[in-house]
Amino acid sequence: MKSDNIINVENNGKLNIDSSVSEININEKVVLVGNPNVGKSCIFNFMSGMYVDVSNFPGTTVSITKSHFNSKEIYDTPGIYGVSSFNDEERVAKEIILDSEIIINVVNALHLERDLFLTLQLIDMGKKVSVLLNFADEIKKRKIKIDTKKLSELLGVEIIETSAINQTGLDKISYAIQNARVGNQQLDLHFMLQSIIDQSIPQSEALLILEGDEETANKYNAACGTPAQRENIYIGRRNRVNEIVDQVEYQDTKSGEFFNRIGRLSLNPKTGLPILGVILVLVYFFIGDFVSQQIVNFTENTIGKGLFEYNVKSFVSNYTPTTIDVSIYDGNENLMNIKSFNFPDGKNSNKQLSDEFVRFSNQPGASSEFHFSNPFVRLFFGEFGVITMTITYLLFLLFPLVIGFYFVMALLEDSGYLPRLATMLDRTFNKIGLNGRAVIPIMLGFGCITMANITTRLLGSEREKSIVTAILQFVIPCSAQLAVITVLLSGAGIKPLLIFVFVIATVLITLSTILNKLLPGESTPLLIDLPMMGFPKLKNVLKKTYYRSWGFMKEASFWFFVGAFAVGIFEITGILTIWQDILAPLTTSWLKLPKEAANAFVMGMVRRDFSAAGLFDLNLTSMQITVAIITITLFVPCIASFVVMLKERGIKEGLTVWAGTWITAFFIGGLVAQIVI
Amino acid sequence: MPNSTLDKAKKGKIVTIVNLPSGNIRSQLIRLGLTEGGTIKCLERLPGGTIVVQKNRQEIAVGYDLAKKIKVILQ
Repeated sequence: MKSDNIINVENNGKLNIDSSVSEININEKVVLVGNPNVGKSCIFNFMSGMYVDVSNFPGTTVSITKSHFNSKEIYDTPGIYGVSSFNDEERVAKEIILDSEIIINVVNALHLERDLFLTLQLIDMGKKVSVLLNFADEIKKRKIKIDTKKLSELLGVEIIETSAINQTGLDKISYAIQNARVGNQQLDLHFMLQSIIDQSIPQSEALLILEGDEETANKYNAACGTPAQRENIYIGRRNRVNEIVDQVEYQDTKSGEFFNRIGRLSLNPKTGLPILGVILVLVYFFIGDFVSQQIVNFTENTIGKGLFEYNVKSFVSNYTPTTIDVSIYDGNENLMNIKSFNFPDGKNSNKQLSDEFVRFSNQPGASSEFHFSNPFVRLFFGEFGVITMTITYLLFLLFPLVIGFYFVMALLEDSGYLPRLATMLDRTFNKIGLNGRAVIPIMLGFGCITMANITTRLLGSEREKSIVTAILQFVIPCSAQLAVITVLLSGAGIKPLLIFVFVIATVLITLSTILNKLLPGESTPLLIDLPMMGFPKLKNVLKKTYYRSWGFMKEASFWFFVGAFAVGIFEITGILTIWQDILAPLTTSWLKLPKEAANAFVMGMVRRDFSAAGLFDLNLTSMQITVAIITITLFVPCIASFVVMLKERGIKEGLTVWAGTWITAFFIGGLVAQIVI
Repeated sequence: MPNSTLDKAKKGKIVTIVNLPSGNIRSQLIRLGLTEGGTIKCLERLPGGTIVVQKNRQEIAVGYDLAKKIKVILQ
């Protein structure tokens, strides 16, 4: 650090250089000015090489750097949004700017609208200015194009494209310094300045006085501008910035054009529906195949049941009467061997048998079923145990699915597609008293109804929330249920599928039309901003996915435990069996399904996929399958979404919807059964 | 210059906003840059009447029922 170049401030606040290096001409002081984060320091470092002086500006903690470039003195200044005295940084920058002749204004091309305000102010000050348009390479990667020639014409100064990070365009800095000139000043402002300039005050300081900078006014004992005057000048400058940006910034690079066109096409149903189709197919492959088959299979069966539940139950069985059935399957799911281990006093009391169980159950393809005779142990650790089942369900089935869904939603959102989808579907949703935004909770419903129930909050009115909540509980099958429906339908041919889709669509339209007529109040209209289309930033997408998935788990987890606890109590007290007995006659005579199908419906209250899974072993005809899947789709939501619905929508509305699903499911299911079977 | 409402705007035409509906929606419109006296371009008229407008470089979708309540001058 050279100690002979120190910046001093004399009593009048004017900046002077104590230049022992006297060959430097004060008229050749060059100052780098720009908003924060425009790459100013990067450019300064390039210009200064290794000889940099850093010192604190007297009376402040703001450090200033100076150096030499082509025998000129150059100064770096703190990042500022405008020349004024709102804080120390601004005061320091102001002093340096006022005292220099040549200003190199560094502008971030990505934030033209923000940065040009300072540029115009510097020009209005009457200083010689050149503009370095930094991040020039970045804007080429985006969909933005800036007409620098036009910008140079409008501002009346040189514009040089640079990329400080890649060191391109920096060779033109000496050109920028040599060609710095007074730009096009705003005329009316110029006239207003004249009266102050007539008092032999430099134009730059005259502007600051007019803009109400008291420090400068006091220096000359001049009348300071009022806050209202400042506001007027600022608004005028802001408007000029907007006009200039409008004229020089385009979105016409190839990828920008391409994405823009996709954006336009996805608005109109004629072209938007095929685009939606393509997206849904991609989403299906990602969520339907990759996440819910491959990933969930691994997390639920291998980690959840194989590791977590096995170890917890095995530990508990040390201390309580337990019978354990271990089945061994080969690679093709054929039963190879089955063995039952009985521990009337818990595993710990029979070391020998216990060791044998451990050996036997650790063979490849082994699957262990623990039967606890103590009802309270069953409540917490049994097949539907509050601890065992809920944790497996939450962490190893639902969590990966929720992450998958939120990830896709964030992708669609950040690419700019989601608001366009909402716009395209707006009129359709209008018919049922909703606006296009309702597409978001409904799409999420195909993932998890509980998650969708929470998302109804983003809708504009209570009325819309009620309609969407009802649609979700009545007709939308969640992913767990969809998977089982797909399996059931796959062997049954095309006819059941068509009947299924027709019946569900009819119920959807009827239900929502009735609700739209009955519910009081008014729905809110669509009003959304359509951001530019483009590739989403992975980092932002992951961040959103993380926060939302975590938020969901935090909010919903507790209710899954509550639900499991309730069902556990029903099981122990025998209410579950009574329920099955009540439903049995309805199932056989009205729905024309085997008596055992009643089990499936009762289990459907616990987890929606249980209901469908219970139907696998029943050897149903294709028309019975049709009736069964219609009934379980319309049937009550799982216990967790029921509880969350109660919480979101209140007891009265929640119970009404819940009871409504019972009636609708059995009424419609039976109606179809009477017709087709 | 006939007085009209936004839902009547033709694709590609510029309109000047004369009057916005009152209530919450009014401040939402203003926040998005749709102000009385401002000019906007009608970018799209979707089947059913949803309108997509452009203000500066921002695109905004306006539902049909709302568009009917925004008084404009067609140019």
